[in-house]
Amino acid sequence: MNYHWNWHVYLDQVSAGDERYLDWIISALGWTIAVSMSAWLIALTLGALIGTLRTAPNRWLVAIGNVWVEGFRNVPLLVQLFLWFFVVPEFLPAELSRWVKQDMPAKEFFTAAICLGLFTSARVAEQVRAGIQSLPRGQKMASLAMGFTLPQTYRYVLLPMAFRIVIPPLTSEFMNIIKNSSVAFAIGLMELTFISRQMIEESGQVFESLLAATLLYTICAFSANRVMTYIEKRTRVPGYIAGAK
Amino acid sequence: MSMIDIRNISKWYGQFQVLTDCSTQVKQGEVVVVCGPSGSGKSTLIKCVNGLEPFQKGDVVVNGISVADAKTDLPKLRARVGMVFQHFELFPHMSIIGNLTIAQTKVLGRGADEARERGIKLLDRVGLKAHASKFPGELSGGQQQRVAIARALAMDPICMLFDEPTSALDPEMINEVLDVMVELAKEGMTMMVVTHEMGFARKVAHRVIFMDAGQIVEDATKEAFFGQPRSERAQQFLSKILQH
Repeated sequence: MNYHWNWHVYLDQVSAGDERYLDWIISALGWTIAVSMSAWLIALTLGALIGTLRTAPNRWLVAIGNVWVEGFRNVPLLVQLFLWFFVVPEFLPAELSRWVKQDMPAKEFFTAAICLGLFTSARVAEQVRAGIQSLPRGQKMASLAMGFTLPQTYRYVLLPMAFRIVIPPLTSEFMNIIKNSSVAFAIGLMELTFISRQMIEESGQVFESLLAATLLYTICAFSANRVMTYIEKRTRVPGYIAGAK
Repeated sequence: MSMIDIRNISKWYGQFQVLTDCSTQVKQGEVVVVCGPSGSGKSTLIKCVNGLEPFQKGDVVVNGISVADAKTDLPKLRARVGMVFQHFELFPHMSIIGNLTIAQTKVLGRGADEARERGIKLLDRVGLKAHASKFPGELSGGQQQRVAIARALAMDPICMLFDEPTSALDPEMINEVLDVMVELAKEGMTMMVVTHEMGFARKVAHRVIFMDAGQIVEDATKEAFFGQPRSERAQQFLSKILQH
């Protein structure tokens, strides 16, 4: 292998302007985290809602949940991103459409966060549904028998246990969302993947550029993993069979 | 007036009829034991009383309120009807005292202190005050079922439904639960109890209902039922379970 390593490249100035590559990387890391966290918030909220709907005793609500889940998980993420970025704005009312296309600030960020959030919400919804359906049927009955309404039953009895049960797959999902945020480079969001490619073009240092992105993605994903593990430990139910080790 | 008035209810799962024209009444202060072979519809019948199981025909009137009436506020009705299940169904993520207070505060709107005080008092009554801050998974089956009874009593029910409350218990734990139920019966609580515990029935029941294949086959006073069951099916059933 004939490769000229240059570990100083991170501190080198970019060709145009007085920024260093390190500044680019830090800013890119910020976008990656911002997109991932916003998308995760959307995914968790909507996923909990849609997952709940899919277990509701009403076939119309179940149907809405089914369409949502199948829609968002049967189309590739990258295609969805392009649809949100290029196609959806064309179908908005004239005024809004013009604004989105010309004046909307941080358009790439919002598009990526919404797209990734909705995509992941379908997957979270499936996990929440599985969690709810894994609970004994008597839990719902006991709750209703005490006078709780159905929404209260979900709020106080079913969802708190369902979420505890599905923390392990949700952890994977949280880590996935960080890694999946890399597709946002395709619509020009200056996140880690975008910037590492930009850095390759400008500096020619392929390995150093990709190494930075790889390391930072790994650190982010692993941090998410640690946070979820902490939550899992904190919310473990004493004496509950599924929580036993 | 009857506390629970079951009027000609019938229920189907698809084509399969699980209850056929069942009628009976439970008067205030009365203890009625429902027995019968498994699959006879006893659990389904008792779950119709507070509308946990929907039924297609007939009506159940609890303390003057119709369960079948679409205008009835079912959660409000259920809050006044205590229910105890075969598998306890305590909420595993809440402490024991949490299990006793959650519905008091969220359903009845009681203050946290009042609910807690009432909860502790009932835990004391079932002999489990010391376990208030434990979690359900840390208690034995018998203890959990006593907590479940206390949880139902915390709502100040006008009557209590028991759905095979001792069937899932180890033999040595059955009596601690039955003792609580006997005491409750002696205090005059209106109770409808699905159980195979004929000793309990003999001791405190006023009436015994025998069900088979979704029908109430026999509905008699305790003395008549144990003395001389009229139906052959009930005679067979009794001879089988009283053999040992």
